[in-house]
Amino acid sequence: MSGPVMDPRIAPPFPQAALPILQNTQLRKNVAHATDVIQAKRNRLVAEKQDWQELRTSAAATRAHVLANLATYLEQFEKNCTAAGGVVHWARDAAEARQIILDILLEEKAGEVIKIKTMTSAEIQLNPALEAAGIAAIETDLAELILQLGNDEPSHIVVPALHVNRQQVREIFARRMGLPELPDDPQALTAAARTYLRKKFLSVPTAISGANFLIAEDGSVVIVESEGNGRMCLTLPRTLITLAGIEKVLPRFSDLEVLLQVLARSATGERLNPYNSLWSGVTPGDGPQKFHIVLLDNGRSEILGRKVERQTLQCIRCAACLNTCPVYRQTGGHAYGSPYAGPIGAILTPQLEHMRHAQSLPYASSLCAACYEVCPVKINIPEVLIDLRAQVVDQERNEGTRWTDPMYLGMKAANFAFGSAARFRMAQWFGRLGLKFFTDRDGWIRKLPNLGSRWTLSRDLPGLPDQTFRQWWSEREPVRGKESK
Amino acid sequence: MRASLFITCYNDTLFPQTGRAVVRLLERLGVGLDFLPAQTCCGQMHANTGFRGEAYSQAKRFVQLYRDTECVVIPSTSCVAMIRDQYPGLFEELGNEDLRRQLLALLPRVFELSEFLIDKLGVEDVGAYFPHRVAYHASCHGLRGLHIGERPFRLLNKVRGLELVPIANLDRCCGFGGTFSVKNAEVSTAMLDAKLTDLLATEAEYCTALDNSCLMHVGGGLHRRNLNMKPIHLAEILADADDRESAR
Repeated sequence: MSGPVMDPRIAPPFPQAALPILQNTQLRKNVAHATDVIQAKRNRLVAEKQDWQELRTSAAATRAHVLANLATYLEQFEKNCTAAGGVVHWARDAAEARQIILDILLEEKAGEVIKIKTMTSAEIQLNPALEAAGIAAIETDLAELILQLGNDEPSHIVVPALHVNRQQVREIFARRMGLPELPDDPQALTAAARTYLRKKFLSVPTAISGANFLIAEDGSVVIVESEGNGRMCLTLPRTLITLAGIEKVLPRFSDLEVLLQVLARSATGERLNPYNSLWSGVTPGDGPQKFHIVLLDNGRSEILGRKVERQTLQCIRCAACLNTCPVYRQTGGHAYGSPYAGPIGAILTPQLEHMRHAQSLPYASSLCAACYEVCPVKINIPEVLIDLRAQVVDQERNEGTRWTDPMYLGMKAANFAFGSAARFRMAQWFGRLGLKFFTDRDGWIRKLPNLGSRWTLSRDLPGLPDQTFRQWWSEREPVRGKESK
Repeated sequence: MRASLFITCYNDTLFPQTGRAVVRLLERLGVGLDFLPAQTCCGQMHANTGFRGEAYSQAKRFVQLYRDTECVVIPSTSCVAMIRDQYPGLFEELGNEDLRRQLLALLPRVFELSEFLIDKLGVEDVGAYFPHRVAYHASCHGLRGLHIGERPFRLLNKVRGLELVPIANLDRCCGFGGTFSVKNAEVSTAMLDAKLTDLLATEAEYCTALDNSCLMHVGGGLHRRNLNMKPIHLAEILADADDRESAR
């Protein structure tokens, strides 16, 4: 079985990618169950904070302030991280980042590398590049390990294997670890993973990590996690490479007070994450003796330059928007064709692709705004979605294909009709006439051609009434003021 | 009090009975209603699909038409949300300073129907009688856009004979989303099925809402599946029952 396509440049459009998933009852059940559980925990822990809205306001203000002064804080981070013994690399795009990491690994003569908490490495398609260079990448986050062994892909930002259930994990471990008798209770499964991973932690001298936050004032890096596998990756190897988007920086250590609170409560429904790792550069005799950090732009500067879209970069990757999204609930993450799924993925992915790919993603939302309501850093996702849709349409305005796109033509026709009441009345008249042809005797429409067939796929439509409201009003107007019918 | 009714393009065309109910209801409450025949559409469909320039031309039309009215009543949460949440951005980007000022002066006088009844008229009991079991569907734009809150419940609780039944996952979208229902028809259908499951569990006779667009989606789904529950705009419940029978 071929896995889902998670490269936005070659992934099928969202509506098409969603089709096989909508048929996959087991996966949808897993997603609905898991998101329900996380949401219930999140809601409980948010409810216990009397000052939740103030925390959100504060977190959003900090992130917005960083973005407004990004260059300053990045330079501060570079200076302080370097002073602490780290090596700072700047990568303009995915290719540069891959090359920087490959060069370091070649210098280290690495044949294997252990990885933790780095969605950004999926963004730059790092694993295929490592494989091509003969370097085996071993995912050590439990969920990522499950997916790697199962030839599957992450479907969630915080809980990457949320679409896989316990029996499926057992099957993957039994097959790939050669443990046919493995039971499916959580203790046995985690014990199997621990045995498998412990050997890697103790033998592989090179690690790649992501980052939750970078602290400008002291050049330190922060990773939060639940398992402790990250802590192993960050402390045992000789050489550590961290890959981080340039937007991850925070001004001060004390900013973590608010951000770690809103992150843990929003992401996993915990007061604090079980493991919070912080380190600054290198310390002789303790932990990795070589520390590289690759700061990745890959389209972020461009996003930063746009007034409405800039807020996209405030994201702290808590995935609360995924858990509450009614679209994600039906499709899971694979339909988004990108490491970043759900509402945040729908706005982030097309922008990282310079609006040249993933143009169906801004439309993968009913604009219900549940995401905005839960976002701990107040990203107005619906507002950004609408702005990105306008960018997609503006592209289409210059393409010849617009004259054969029924949606485009319909929108232009509707706009013409709405331009004057006379034209609108005429459109209503023609509409009624045209739809009469499709209206059954009982007054309902069950089958429409073309775009309309997308509606009648699962919904009937009431036929147009004989009289519009405005006709009724103009006929009653002479008797106005009296009791009328 | 005088108010101008902006009926919205789809109510005008597809759901005139809702407009008639608004007229009956508000006139019964002593409101003098105007209807400006030059009105067409608020521009929501265009804005939300990415046709910003087109949306602006309709937004401009709306402001020019209504800038001198005492207040505007609109029986649709999503159209009010469009005007309140999206017009300022559109005018900032595409409009001139004069128009923008006119918009900002007009906005506080634009009311969604339940807002108009409760905030402007100060009534909860509109003298309605509707002896049926009813589930209220919270449209997303009303819930999270307008923060409509308890208003519809306060109105429904005062309707004589009406039994209001709660629906699970009240805050979850029905999957309509305008052109989303067409562009992502299959996903939209899956969301609709989830909503219908929650609705049917209420065993209500009617599903009501403050937005006929959600009701067109839910109602179209109910009808396709031969289910008995009927969609009805809140205005039609609040208008009187005898009238409703003959009007539909």
